[in-house]
Amino acid sequence: MPDATTPIATDEILRVEDLKVHFPVMKGVVIQKQVATVKAVDGISFTLRRGETLGLVGESGCGKSTTGLAVLRMLPPTEGRIIFEGEDIAGYDGERMRHTRRRMQMVYQDPYGSLNPRMRVRDIVGEPLEVHGLGDDRRALRERVAALISMVGLLPDMADRYPHEFSGGQRQRIGIARAMALEPSLIICDEAVSALDVSIQAQVVNLFMELQQRLGLTYIFIAHDLAVVRHISDRIAVMYLGKIVEIATRDELYRDPLHPYTQALLAAIPIPDPELEATRPQQIITGEVPSALRPPPGCRFHPRCPHAMDVCKTQEPPLKGRPGGRAVACHLHP
Amino acid sequence: MAEPLLQVRGLTTRFRTDGGVVTAVDSVSFDVAAGETVAIVGESGSGKSVTALSILRLIPDPPGKIEKGEVIFDGVDLLKLDDVAIRAVRGNKIAMIFQEPMSSLNPALTIGKQIGEPINLHRKAPWTQAIDKAKELLGRVRIPDAAARVNAWPHQFSGGMRQRAMIAMALACQPKLIIADEPTTALDVTVQAQILDLLKNQAREAGSALILITHDLGVVARYADRVVVMYGGRIVETAPARILYKHPRHPYTKGLMASIPRLDGDTRQRLVPIEGQPPNLALLPPGCAFAARCRMATQRCHDERPPLEAVAENHLKACFLETPAEAHA
Ligand SMILES: Nc1ncnc2c1ncn2[C@@H]1O[C@H](COP(=O)(O)OP(=O)(O)OP(=O)(O)O)[C@@H](O)[C@H]1O
Ligand SMILES: Nc1ncnc2c1ncn2[C@@H]1O[C@H](COP(=O)(O)OP(=O)(O)OP(=O)(O)O)[C@@H](O)[C@H]1O
Ligand code: SF4
Ligand code: SF4
Ligand SMILES: [Mg+2]
Ligand SMILES: [Mg+2]
Repeated sequence: MPDATTPIATDEILRVEDLKVHFPVMKGVVIQKQVATVKAVDGISFTLRRGETLGLVGESGCGKSTTGLAVLRMLPPTEGRIIFEGEDIAGYDGERMRHTRRRMQMVYQDPYGSLNPRMRVRDIVGEPLEVHGLGDDRRALRERVAALISMVGLLPDMADRYPHEFSGGQRQRIGIARAMALEPSLIICDEAVSALDVSIQAQVVNLFMELQQRLGLTYIFIAHDLAVVRHISDRIAVMYLGKIVEIATRDELYRDPLHPYTQALLAAIPIPDPELEATRPQQIITGEVPSALRPPPGCRFHPRCPHAMDVCKTQEPPLKGRPGGRAVACHLHP
Repeated sequence: MAEPLLQVRGLTTRFRTDGGVVTAVDSVSFDVAAGETVAIVGESGSGKSVTALSILRLIPDPPGKIEKGEVIFDGVDLLKLDDVAIRAVRGNKIAMIFQEPMSSLNPALTIGKQIGEPINLHRKAPWTQAIDKAKELLGRVRIPDAAARVNAWPHQFSGGMRQRAMIAMALACQPKLIIADEPTTALDVTVQAQILDLLKNQAREAGSALILITHDLGVVARYADRVVVMYGGRIVETAPARILYKHPRHPYTKGLMASIPRLDGDTRQRLVPIEGQPPNLALLPPGCAFAARCRMATQRCHDERPPLEAVAENHLKACFLETPAEAHA
């Protein structure tokens, strides 16, 4: 494991080592046969310090959500270690995971799909408290739920409504209130603010940051909005096709991206100014989007990389540590 | 000038809820010309999706009801069509990309079947042909290994892949109008750019139009010709994109522009949200919906509703405030 993925401080809350999550692709109706493997996450390592926010970015389908789900053990890891608060939870069974999961929560990408349509908002938010036996004092429960609901900027009388009565952004805030209910130590936000308009996004991002300061929360912040990621993250990991290709502190990554994929990603960010947009050259990486079913040999980015060399086609560049706690996987940076 | 492709006039949609009657869309009027990309922006809950759903008459009734208005598409008022006729329009002449890809895809049907369905239904193509077309469309929305992935189930797709499957479905019948409700929220910037280019080119080439609902003001800047800003179920401002970014006139639009997290902005600092809570649409005051949060509000704003009026050519706003720039605009 390269040193560079290790933060300087020792108060480590999470260490992921060589994590792999592969999905079989089956064919046949009666007799199912495995015909291929989707290597959604294919050997990634990183660590997280308590109170830190790690941004996780990368192309759609590169394995970000799968990483998050595997860390929370909502998907079984194929290989690797997940050390959370000192315990390797990669092999935990359901019962042991139930206790651990209270300390780790996920806020999802798709708010509607993740809320029970037949439950009132009050019960959706209060459910985790009840499940963990914290709902016996009904008055305290009501107050706690009310506080959570107002914390995420919803109105008190919304507590008695059902999810379908809300707009997309309002539902997302219900999901956040629910995730915060147990005051977990690690929260994985999977596109948690993507469905929000900028103003409420700003409120929620501020909320995440305030809660972090107050409660010492640690976040893995999966998002594709690089302006928001920059705003909230201490360090950022860039994934490409199941691998981490670059990991660096926020300022370094935005000031001086080293991996050609990171460079392409940053160059593609739309600027909120129509005049600048009209004059700016459009630098979109082209080329066939690679498949997690058959990742290209060598560097996985080579078919689309403007700097690809011969060595890139055959040899996979390892994630190499550099001074200052950053790491990059590219033959240009040996 | 040619008739606009779509004319929305006085559209009003309400929901009956336990908390009272919610006017989600209140007298909304706007046009979309062929070849044009119109963005609808506005706070969460401001009525963007309900506007889109009302155009296609997809409002669940009860609790919802389109109370008033006209939606004239290609010369026909869609609100007057019978059920059979409107179904022939949906997914065919007008396609909608829904905001939440997971709940809009059927978990019990393969991706290919779902994309092929409108082709089978509206174009009467046999299934084998529809599935071939689905493969091609998946490739166009940049799903790798489309031929192998066409048989996948929705849960085997990542969030962004589902969103692209929805987009492929919308493109299936080469619609004249695509209504895309937050079509790229689950996509990274590079795929987002490819998909929006695809949608926009489709609009330009086929002479069709695009309504783009999004809260990403960077996307709006790059793709929209015109912007409609909604607040509290009403249109508060509309202008060509360039003008709106340069000279926003409505206090809400100004606040919206100020709350964008910028790549060159200060990090670790609080973003600047618009202070206060979004309005309760069941209890809107008689005056301006934004009055409770507006620093410029006067008594008149609380009593009277500001009409949507022209401040310059193609630029309308609903606000009593005279901005100094207006004099020589
Ligand atoms: N089925 C429903 N029943 C009751 N109220 C509803 C229903 N659907 C929408 N609403 C209400 O209508 C209002 C407008 O909702 P809409 O979904 O149009 O918002 P939006 O502008 O699309 O927001 P977002 O950006 O969060 O998606 C909201 O206040 C919402 O609570
Ligand atoms: N249950 C599953 N079965 C088979 N393949 C899966 C499953 N879940 C995910 N995959 C595949 O794994 C890959 C990574 O998916 P993942 O959801 O982690 O991507 P992501 O980085 O979160 O993308 P997005 O930004 O689009 O949400 C994709 O190719 C996806 O199709
Ligand atoms: S290793 Fe080669 S192909 Fe890969 S990113 Fe670096 S230069 Fe490009
Ligand atoms: S009409 Fe009055 S309250 Fe409404 S936006 Fe204008 S100044 Fe503010
Ligand atoms: Mg995902
Ligand atoms: Mg919406």
